[in-house]
This record gives sequence, C-alpha cells and structure tokens, in this order.
Amino acid sequence: MSFLQKTMKGAKIGHFKNTENCPSTAMPIPKEVCISMSQHMGPPCTPAVQKGDAVKVGTLIGDSTAFLSAPIHSSVSGTVTNITELVTANGSRTQVVIIETDGQQTVDESVKPPVIENHVDFVKAIRASGLVGLGGAGFPTHIKMNPKNLSEVDTLVVNAAECEPYITSDYRTIIERSGDVLDGIAAIKKYVGITQVKIAVESNKPQAIELLRRLTEKDPSIEVCSLNAIYPKGAEKVAVFETTGRVIKEGMLPSDAGVIVNNITSTAFIGQYLRTGMPLVSKCLTVDGGAIKEPKNVIAPIGAHFSDVIAFCGGYSCTPKKLMMGGPMMGILLFDDTYPVLKNNNAMLAFDESQTKVEPEQACIRCGRCMHACPYHLMPRQIELASQNDNLELLDKLKVMLCMECGSCSYVCPAKRDLTFSNKLAKQKLRAAAKK
Amino acid sequence: MASIITENQVQAAESSKLIMTPSPHIKDSISTKKIMLTVSAALVPTILASVYYFGFRALVLTVVSVLSCVLFEYLFTILTKREPTIGDCSAVVTGIILACNVPVTLPLWMIVFGAFIAIVVVKCLFGGIGCNFANPAATARIFLLVSFAGHMTSWVAPLRGAMESIAGATPGQIIRVMGVDMVASATPLSGKMEQLPSLLQMFLGARGGSLGETCAIALLLGGLFLIYKGIISWVIPVSTLGSIFVFALLFGANPFYAVLSGGAMIGAFFMATDYSTCPVTDKGKAIFGIGIGFITMIIRSFCSYPEGMSYAILLMNIITPHIDSLTITKPFGAVFAQKTE
Repeated sequence: MSFLQKTMKGAKIGHFKNTENCPSTAMPIPKEVCISMSQHMGPPCTPAVQKGDAVKVGTLIGDSTAFLSAPIHSSVSGTVTNITELVTANGSRTQVVIIETDGQQTVDESVKPPVIENHVDFVKAIRASGLVGLGGAGFPTHIKMNPKNLSEVDTLVVNAAECEPYITSDYRTIIERSGDVLDGIAAIKKYVGITQVKIAVESNKPQAIELLRRLTEKDPSIEVCSLNAIYPKGAEKVAVFETTGRVIKEGMLPSDAGVIVNNITSTAFIGQYLRTGMPLVSKCLTVDGGAIKEPKNVIAPIGAHFSDVIAFCGGYSCTPKKLMMGGPMMGILLFDDTYPVLKNNNAMLAFDESQTKVEPEQACIRCGRCMHACPYHLMPRQIELASQNDNLELLDKLKVMLCMECGSCSYVCPAKRDLTFSNKLAKQKLRAAAKK
Repeated sequence: MASIITENQVQAAESSKLIMTPSPHIKDSISTKKIMLTVSAALVPTILASVYYFGFRALVLTVVSVLSCVLFEYLFTILTKREPTIGDCSAVVTGIILACNVPVTLPLWMIVFGAFIAIVVVKCLFGGIGCNFANPAATARIFLLVSFAGHMTSWVAPLRGAMESIAGATPGQIIRVMGVDMVASATPLSGKMEQLPSLLQMFLGARGGSLGETCAIALLLGGLFLIYKGIISWVIPVSTLGSIFVFALLFGANPFYAVLSGGAMIGAFFMATDYSTCPVTDKGKAIFGIGIGFITMIIRSFCSYPEGMSYAILLMNIITPHIDSLTITKPFGAVFAQKTE
C-alpha cells in the first residue's frame, strides 16, 4: 500500500530556521579541547597518543581495528595533558584525550591530499579522513562507500533535507560550499560507480534548491528533489523512498536497495578532503535557542567544550533549562555545558524556561494521531500498551523495532504522552529478550 | 571527588538545574481540552437549531445535561481520590450529545439520570476517558429508552416550519407524532407519504425528533468543520451514511429519508466518531461505519423499535477491540516471518 503513496506521513512542525542567514564563522581556538574516543557508531577508538605528547592539527590520536569504526584526529596543535574518562550524554563512559592548545594550529606533516586511482584507494582515503555520517547517526562513511553488493549500487542520495527545527548548518553548507558538494558528488560517482544522484532538500529551503538546480542543470544524472517539508523527511528510509521510490526493508541497509545515502555536509567534506587532505577536525554547528544571546552558525574544532562555543555566541541571555546536542525532535539532553563537540553534532541548543514547559501525561483518548503521524505506519499507542503488558509477541507483530525514534508521535499527542520514549523502552525489552 | 558543598551552592544548583526529559523537546499545541472544545463548538449550530425548533426548554435541557455530566465526573474523581479530570472538557461534549439525544419534553431529572449513566456507569467505572468501551451518550440514550419508553418517544412537532397538518395545532402544543425512525422505514408506496415531512423539511430539521438529531444541515456544518479541523476522520461519517443509503435501497426504503431521519446524522458525525469507542485505523473505521449502517437499517426495516442508530453504535462499539486487532497496520518496509510449520 505504501508503494502507491507519493509522500510519507509525518508531523507538521514549526521550522524555526532562525539562523539560516547567519554565515558560518570559525570560533577562536579554545584553551583546551576534550576529544572523545567514541564519535561514531561502533566500538570506541583506543588513544594513539600518551600524556605529554605534542600533537598538531590532523595528528592521529585514536584508532580502532574494529570493522565499524573511524580514526580520530587532533583538531588543534598543543600538548596532551591527560587521557581520562567522560560520562557521555547517554550515561555510559568513554575515554577522552585532553589537549592543551598552543594557539599555533600547526598542521601535521602527514596532512596531504590523498592519491586515489580506484575504489579501494577511495575507501582507504575516506577511512583515513575519519569521516562519519555528519547528519547525526555517525555511521562510518567508508563502510557506506564499500558495500558488499558494489555492482548493484547505482544511486547516491545526498541528504540535505535538514528536517529538524532550528538546525541550519547543512543549509549553510549548500550556500557556502556548493563547490565542495559537487566535488564530493563527482568523486563518489567516479569511484563507487554511481549512475544517478538525488539531492534531497526540504521545500522550506527554496534558495538552496534553486542554487543546486542551477549548478547541476548541465548534468542529467543529478536531480535536486524538493521534499514536502513534513518532518521527518531527512530520515534515511524516508529520504530514499521520497527520492527514488525504493523501500529499504526491515533489517536491510540502503545498499540492499542499491542506494548510498550520504549527508550533504559529509559529501562536501569528501570534496574538501580530496583537495586538501585535512581530516575531519572541525564541524559547523547551529547554536540557537531562547537562552543563547547571539544565535549563529559556528565552525568549532572537534572537542571544544560547549561552554566555549556558547561563549563565542555571546553566552547565555538567561538561565538555560535544557541543553541539547542536535535538534529538538531527536536531540539528546546534556547534564552540563562542559560536554565536548563531537563529529556528528550539528546543533547545540539551549532552551529557556518558556521553551521547556513540562506537561503532565494524560490518559490516551485513542485519537490515532500518533499512528497517522508515524512515517512508518507504526501504532505507538498499541505499542505502549503491549509494552506495559510485557506482550513481547505483540510488540514483535507491531514491528516496534522499525521505530527510528523520530519523535513525531510524541509531538502530535494531545494527551502529551511520551510515546517515543515508550517505543524506546519497548525496543529495549525486545532486545533484552532476544539476548536470553 | 568529595567536596564540601555550601548551602549557597545548593541553591545555585537548584536554580540552574537543567531539565532532563526524553526527546522530542518541542510539542504540538494540540491538547485533549482543545479537541473537546472544538467538538463542543461544532455542536453549537445544532444547539441553536434545537432552540429554534423546540423552544427555550431545549437550551435548559442541554445546560442541565452538561452541568450534571461535569458534576458527576468531578464527584467521581473526588470520591475515588483521583486527580480531577473535568479540565479536559470531555464531559461537556458528552453532556451536549446526551441532550441532543432526548426529546424536548423529557423531565429534567431523567436527563440527570442519563448523565449519571453516561458519565459514572459507562465512562468513569471503566477507567475514564479513553477507556470506556461504549459511547456514553448512546448507551445513556438506550438506558433512558428502555427505562422511560413513553417519555423518550414523545416526539413533539417543531414550533416552526413543520408540515401543515401538524402545524395546524397550536405551536408548542405537545402532540405525539410518529417516531422518526418509523418515519424512515415507511416506504413511499405505503400511501403515507403525504403525512411525512418533505425532504427539505427533513434537511432543515422541521420535524419531530430528539433535540439535536433533526436539523441535518446544522449537523452537517458541525461535522464538516470537525473534518476540516482534522478532529474526526471522514471515513466513519461517509461509510456510515453511505451504507445506510445503500442498505435502505436494498431494503426498499427511501434512502434519502433513511439518511436524514432518526439519529443517523448526529450518530455518524458525532457519536460513532467518538475516539474511545471506534477503531483507530482507517480500514477499521470503514468496517465500523458499514456495520453501523447495516445494523441501523436492519433494526429500522425489520424491528418495531423506534431507534436503530444508538443500538447500532453500541453493538459496533462492543466489537471495536476485535476490529482493532484485525486491522493493525503494515509498517513501512516490514518483513513478516513466514510461518514454518
């Protein structure tokens, strides 16, 4: 049934793209950076430096032998003062390398443009660059570029939907770095053997669509797709379906549908890396929210403390009540503002009191809004009930594992129920049961 | 690290405390209260029409019904030591719909009794809003009907715009007119046609009947408003009225009278669409609506009972959980394991 429908369901949410006209500006190098060894999906890296080591911009400071991993580089020049542990936003612990900066930003000798002749070189170079999916999930890009069924992959979906409210960093990438974007697309096309490219942009960014269309009008293999701005168009499966009509089945990867999905900023980074050889050491973040004095787009070195980033934005205008990494629909809340910038951060929001009204949960009135808002046609209320009753069989039948936790169901619920959270719990219950 | 924390530091920490909640961190402004107030607003044309056709007492009945519904819910939550839930305004909607379902001549204490049945017995005892298995107003109507059959079927002629034979009586004089559902079951060939209100009168509401069920145009206005506002889905009204029309044709009744008479319009737009008691999926809603139309027409055509719609809604309410479990959605990209037996 879903094959026939043109656009997928979702929630009509406010866009709050307040910073879309704020050019991204580099913040000054902070006194200290704190670089996490866990900045990608998969096992964390092991530090490759020791306390007291001198590092330069682009020096490898962490790597892993695990398949699902990406190396980590120093974003500053300076001295490693400590290797310690950090409690991450999700409560687990990870190793961090603390570097005291010298302000010189001397570039490491190893940083030079990679020499690439074929697909193998390309994948190697992408791994060496430390690139992970910059849209938020942090999936190591080199694995995406090296699918098992390489010959069957024919389509690249460049994800520039940026459906989360507030965030404009991808939009700024399109406006400011369109050359890098096109170089990145060209490189992926060449080395991965892509025949068609779809750039997915939400319709609330007409200037970006117009610019990309103008730049790509001579290339018939590239299509700029304007997606109806109903959240969450940037979700991988949604973007793929909307641009290509292909369905990524349960438990499958995009490559199983012949597609590689790459975020636009990741794509621009590939273009830039092939030109300069500078690994992923900085990230453009949208800093916004009611408690920020001067909301803007900031290019921050990886590992900069959020407090330093916020200080660059004029500091707090009032006491923040919620600090989050990422957008307000899926963002993770932080305990305090000393948390470091990660590779896959695209926003830092500080909400004031008026933006953080906590409304008590009321009884479900069975209105069905959650089900109609779910892009995957899941039934969040039924999942909530099944989860409360520990009915694992029903949970499995209701396909809760498909839930991507986009937050649409909680957003539309008139009884203010935390349905997304109950979906997460239900998934946890199924995972725990599967382990037994 | 152990450190001595002063009182000032504790206070500072309290005031600068960050809130931790699961995502999403923004929510829609929709609320249960807003939905219920929108439904109440959609019923305003119907209330006005009832006052126009049946006089001031219609308003009195409505107000008494609403007040007693709210009061019963409040008392119930107080007596059972729960958080008062009347703030969600759902009792207001129940009160209005209940009043719409009784004739203007009903003694006031009877509607208070009806409100008790609707709110306490049908709604609160089963767990309150969202948990009741049957529509409170429909059940209360049936309860009143079987308890006080005479009072509940004393249809009076409308004050204005009625057909000549009835309008000949002094306006406002209570006379018994034919039960509306029986009007619907009368066929045009039976020769009674000239005694029936014209289709236009039926549409405008100039006929005998319960307060809120006669004026089709007011109900249609309110119903379309709710569909436009996204409060109710079009599926239930269309499938209910559509199947009443089709089954009327099949059973040899006049389909237009069938759709406009009795509780068909108010049932289709305001009672069958009650969130708690109708299926959640569109497919389920369609099955539900067709079932209501079928049962209504069976009762009207083959039983001597004056009211089909309420029974049909109640019966379909009861099988709603089964419709729900048979019509769960097929999620996007879902793969169902093949049974290997």
